[in-house]
Amino acid sequence: MNHAELAENFIKDGERTTWHDETLWFVRKKRDLAAFQIPEWEALREAASQIKHNGLSHMHDYLIAFEEKATANGIKVHWAMDALEHNQIVHSILQENGISEIIKSKSMLTEECHLNEYLMKHGVDVVDTDLGERIVQLREEKPSHIVLPAIHLKKEDVGETFHQHLGTEKGNKDPQYLTEAARQHLREKFVSRKAALTGVNFAVAETGEFVVCTNEGNADMGAHLADVHIACMGFEKIIPKRKHLGVFLRLLARSATGQPITTYSSHFKKPRPGQQMHIVIVDNGRSQQLGREDFRNSLKCIRCGACMNTCPVYRRSGGHSYHSAVAGPIGSILAPNLDMRKNADLPFASTLCGSCSNVCPVKIDIHDQLYKWRQVLVKEGHVPFGKKVGMRAMTFTLSHPGVFKTAGKVGRKLMGLAPFTVSNGLNPWYKQREMPAPPKESFREWYSKNRNGQ
Amino acid sequence: MDSRKYILEAIAKNQPSPTPLPDISDIAVVNYNVVEKFKTILEGIGGQVIEIQDFDDAISYIKANFNEGQRVISTVPELASIAETDWQTLDPHTLENVELNILEAQMGVAENAALWLTETQLGQRVAPFITQNLAVILDKNNLVATMHHAYERIADADYGFGLFLAGPSKTADIEQSLVLGAHGSRSMTVFLRST
Repeated sequence: MNHAELAENFIKDGERTTWHDETLWFVRKKRDLAAFQIPEWEALREAASQIKHNGLSHMHDYLIAFEEKATANGIKVHWAMDALEHNQIVHSILQENGISEIIKSKSMLTEECHLNEYLMKHGVDVVDTDLGERIVQLREEKPSHIVLPAIHLKKEDVGETFHQHLGTEKGNKDPQYLTEAARQHLREKFVSRKAALTGVNFAVAETGEFVVCTNEGNADMGAHLADVHIACMGFEKIIPKRKHLGVFLRLLARSATGQPITTYSSHFKKPRPGQQMHIVIVDNGRSQQLGREDFRNSLKCIRCGACMNTCPVYRRSGGHSYHSAVAGPIGSILAPNLDMRKNADLPFASTLCGSCSNVCPVKIDIHDQLYKWRQVLVKEGHVPFGKKVGMRAMTFTLSHPGVFKTAGKVGRKLMGLAPFTVSNGLNPWYKQREMPAPPKESFREWYSKNRNGQ
Repeated sequence: MDSRKYILEAIAKNQPSPTPLPDISDIAVVNYNVVEKFKTILEGIGGQVIEIQDFDDAISYIKANFNEGQRVISTVPELASIAETDWQTLDPHTLENVELNILEAQMGVAENAALWLTETQLGQRVAPFITQNLAVILDKNNLVATMHHAYERIADADYGFGLFLAGPSKTADIEQSLVLGAHGSRSMTVFLRST
């Protein structure tokens, strides 16, 4: 199903759609409040964008420097060309250590690679430990937002899920009570599991350390108790120097949720004595995106989710309608690089209003890229036949004034005499709307009449 | 090894022409009192600030606010009368029943109430997370204004693990309702010490 069909399903429940819309807009407003407290906010965004650009333009050398430092620090560095190789590497590390149960903190990369499915198929039990991710995992769903994975659910849904899986009281939907139940349930996992997998927010070329940001403390609870810590990162997480963390940590949480910083910003530099620490550096299409001049800036993304919270389409269609690990505007410019045919609908799931680009902390030109992807997708033949024919007919009409004039006249007549020709289910503009009354005359006719036929 | 080569070659071929790094040395605008800012922000993110003159003030506060008989640990030698101070080499799993952990931070950041600690102050990496409640002592003189100032001070320090810690563990994953005490500490008290 494409974005429009999935969105249609999501908006069937009007009340819930409104709740979703307003809740995300509330998060966007918190972002504004946080940003407005920093007089140098715009300078920070510009600096972040330039640092990331410097990173992209020196990626080869920075990756080698990072690997050298990390290795010297006692971390084992692995390289994965694609999702499958990434999954195989993680699995082989577990096999070497005779481990068949792991805990995982949030990592959009592992969602992109479908790691959970892969490991489960090979007999490894995976428990997601971020509360939102645990909720969707128990429901056998996917996260619908990169920062707020369960934002599509109401507390009643979570109450029911926890009642079924964790044995909480039937009907109890108090967030405090449910969070406490998850805390107890996951503590048992934290203290008993031998391997922990985390994502990476930033990896520093200068020092070989990597930084993981969470509010819950789940990444740390897992990593510091486990014998084996595996951290997975797309190569674009590299930043040049440690001091640049100052810029990104100031921007990340404020853009994401309006917090001044996440509760925990953990700098992992060396394994603790007796512990194994692994980093898997993943390409999976990123080097190709790096070569697309129009789209490479998408690799600057720090995964704050601000573009989703502000997007009028995302807010009203829900994350699952994007059928991709990363939803929303940023997901729509990343996904076509991975699979153009499968994700051809996503760059069209936008009004091109530009709000995403305005809130992006690293100044990615998201809405311009959405527009450019549309052109690429049409050229490559990935657009539905109907849309193509429609666009051609429109181009013809708009470039022939006589045809335009006649078409307008016929349209106004038809709408007046036979409204059912437009007010029917075949016309997408009629969905959820009443068609307007047809104007009596066109502007051209009005002008001609009022200017004595001039 | 082939994948490494393949990835690096593809990147070398596709990366854009080099662009310089921006100068961020004077990007911070500081128009606030760092102590006041720190206090306001910490309270805003669910922590609390207790001003103290010396370690004895912290000891009396803890005695008054935490039940005796519960496990208290610390890396601060001056607190040995109320806390275990010799747990650094234990199996980290044995810290599961800790009720209160009291640490001392190297530095605090006013703009976001984040405290900087490395392994030396943490005792064990898991210690600030696994405890039910956390208290951190911070010398007022070690407050800096922004994260830029903080990294300037950290400079090229060597550590195995370093942590910026801001407030108690929290989540809003259920309908955006804020709940303190997700997986880490349920409360976070900062003893702000004037010397």
